[in-house]
Amino acid sequence: MSILILAEHDSAALKAATLSTIAAAKKLDLPIDLLVLGEGIDAVATQAKNIEGLRKIILGDNAVFKDILAETFSQAVLALAGEYSFILVPATTFGKNILPRVAAKLDIQQISDVIDIESPQRFVRPVYAGNAIQTIETAQEKNILTIRPTSFNAVALGAAQDTPVEKKEFSLTPPRVRFVGIEASKADRPDLSSARIVVSGGRGVGSKENFKIIEELADRLGAAIGASRAAVDAGYVPNDYQVGQTGKIIAPDLYIAIGISGAIQHLAGMVGSKVIVAINKDPDAPIFQVADYGLVGDLFTILPELHNELQK
Amino acid sequence: MKILIPVKRVIDYNVKIRVKSDQSGVELDNVKMAMNPFDEIAVEEAVRLKEQGKATELVAVTIGPAGAVEQLRTALALGVDRAIHVPADAMIEPLNVAKILAKIVEKENPDLVLLGKQAIDDDANQTGQMLAALLDWPQATFASKIEMNGGDFSVTREIDGGLETLSLTLPAIITTDLRLNTPRYAALPNIMKARQKPIESITPDSLGIALQNRLTVIKVTEPGKRKSGIKVADVAELVRRLKEEAKALS
Ligand SMILES: Cc1cc2nc3c(=O)[nH]c(=O)nc-3n(C[C@H](O)[C@H](O)[C@H](O)COP(=O)(O)OP(=O)(O)OC[C@H]3O[C@@H](n4cnc5c(N)ncnc54)[C@H](O)[C@@H]3O)c2cc1C
Ligand SMILES: Nc1ncnc2c1ncn2[C@@H]1O[C@H](COP(=O)(O)O)[C@@H](O)[C@H]1O
Repeated sequence: MSILILAEHDSAALKAATLSTIAAAKKLDLPIDLLVLGEGIDAVATQAKNIEGLRKIILGDNAVFKDILAETFSQAVLALAGEYSFILVPATTFGKNILPRVAAKLDIQQISDVIDIESPQRFVRPVYAGNAIQTIETAQEKNILTIRPTSFNAVALGAAQDTPVEKKEFSLTPPRVRFVGIEASKADRPDLSSARIVVSGGRGVGSKENFKIIEELADRLGAAIGASRAAVDAGYVPNDYQVGQTGKIIAPDLYIAIGISGAIQHLAGMVGSKVIVAINKDPDAPIFQVADYGLVGDLFTILPELHNELQK
Repeated sequence: MKILIPVKRVIDYNVKIRVKSDQSGVELDNVKMAMNPFDEIAVEEAVRLKEQGKATELVAVTIGPAGAVEQLRTALALGVDRAIHVPADAMIEPLNVAKILAKIVEKENPDLVLLGKQAIDDDANQTGQMLAALLDWPQATFASKIEMNGGDFSVTREIDGGLETLSLTLPAIITTDLRLNTPRYAALPNIMKARQKPIESITPDSLGIALQNRLTVIKVTEPGKRKSGIKVADVAELVRRLKEEAKALS
């Protein structure tokens, strides 16, 4: 009985979502092995040694893992799956893409987006955009979970442990899919998924040019930028800024929603935030029902004022 | 090229979800149902590929209760050629859906299966990937752009860090994301015409699939409510409260 976690990382360090997944795994009270796949990933292994409570780190350092393909990554997990009673990944686009392939091959019903672990057989997960919360029980011998990172406090990185690192070679069937390229979003601001403060803009911002005032406020606060689907669809910001049921699920200490009405699909991505501020000219906008502090008014007059007030 | 499009009947995305007081699930009686929005996007993409002369036949399939035939009619009205209904309980798990779809793929031999990335009821985000695994087909999930060059597809995917492009060889699985297209509405004459299009019924039994769920739902509850907040008068009050009361700003 033990747990395998497939790590999400950027070749230099583990993603915060992986640290939250480890925290979730600890609730199962079983030995935890961390699988790191990639090319040139020694730094990740070194960093993983700073995590307390891992039984071992399995390193698949190979050129075939340079690009993240569900076809290759799932084969590697499957090669190891036999001995584990749990396989966990973060419920990010990385984990969601790969893990169901593993589950289907093992004839297991995956449990997606786990927000609480009540026992090794009982899990809690949101359905209907978080408008209902399901408690489910499994009688499967092996269980496969994706973990919602915002529901578990990331494990800390502390002093280096003497966790063994096991190098592993995998023999893979070549996939019929080829990685062509990635258009990465600029990373000059904090990461939306793990930022302490997020400033989000919606359709009310009106244009890509106008979005500058959102950026200025974010920079003033050292915040990440988020957006509603409407703002992404209209091309104000890139796709990976979308917060919501089908975008990113975040829970910052402070979330500032500007010109966002508060559709349930949007709320699904941010109601877990500690403090919510809404700025909207419509006093009846549903966003005010979840906001701790609501300010009714035109964002184009409020934001410059806010900027000045913060400068004081 | 033949395309199979699995579509799911779900509660309309505009409906406010009500959890049953006995905690057995959510209220489905007298609730407006619709095609899962991501599946509408899949249907639209398939129809466009046919209009461009790249696809020859479009087949929609749903696994669900009798009412799900409505969603098949919608798909037919939007330009799908024929449809398959596999009768099943509404709460069927993704692994079983994927197994049934794998059998339908065996029968129908499509070159491409276009699914939604996620059903907005179970929010599982599993079926397409599972089907790809069962068939040993390549997958491109969360697609925001699909281009065909010869027999290959170039697919742009929405991922957490930006946009990724994959090239895949048919047969393949693609799941749709929101930005792929904007679905059209069915025109009235097409709704009429759709009534003449064939819908075949295939039971899970005849496909050799037993529909037992693997997981037991113990209870379904309402999410915790946030305690209601306040409206502030102006920016000065907002900043003061954020600093002093909420300690959210330093
Ligand atoms: C399958 C599906 C999945 C979806 N997933 C997501 C998701 O993940 N995330 C998401 O966000 N949405 C999602 N949506 C879309 C969602 O339903 C809403 O359409 C969307 O969130 C609306 O965005 P918005 O609030 O920016 O726009 P609107 O609803 O148009 O609201 C704009 C707001 O701006 C205010 N405003 C306008 N001008 C000003 C001004 N000058 N000053 C102040 N306020 C102003 C208006 O009062 C209004 O409240 C999804 C929808 C579907 C069907
Ligand atoms: N019962 C079903 N019938 C047909 N297609 C389905 C069904 N359930 C899921 N799908 C397809 O699988 C996609 C993802 O669903 P899910 O994995 O449940 O989030 C949906 O968008 C549909 O395309």
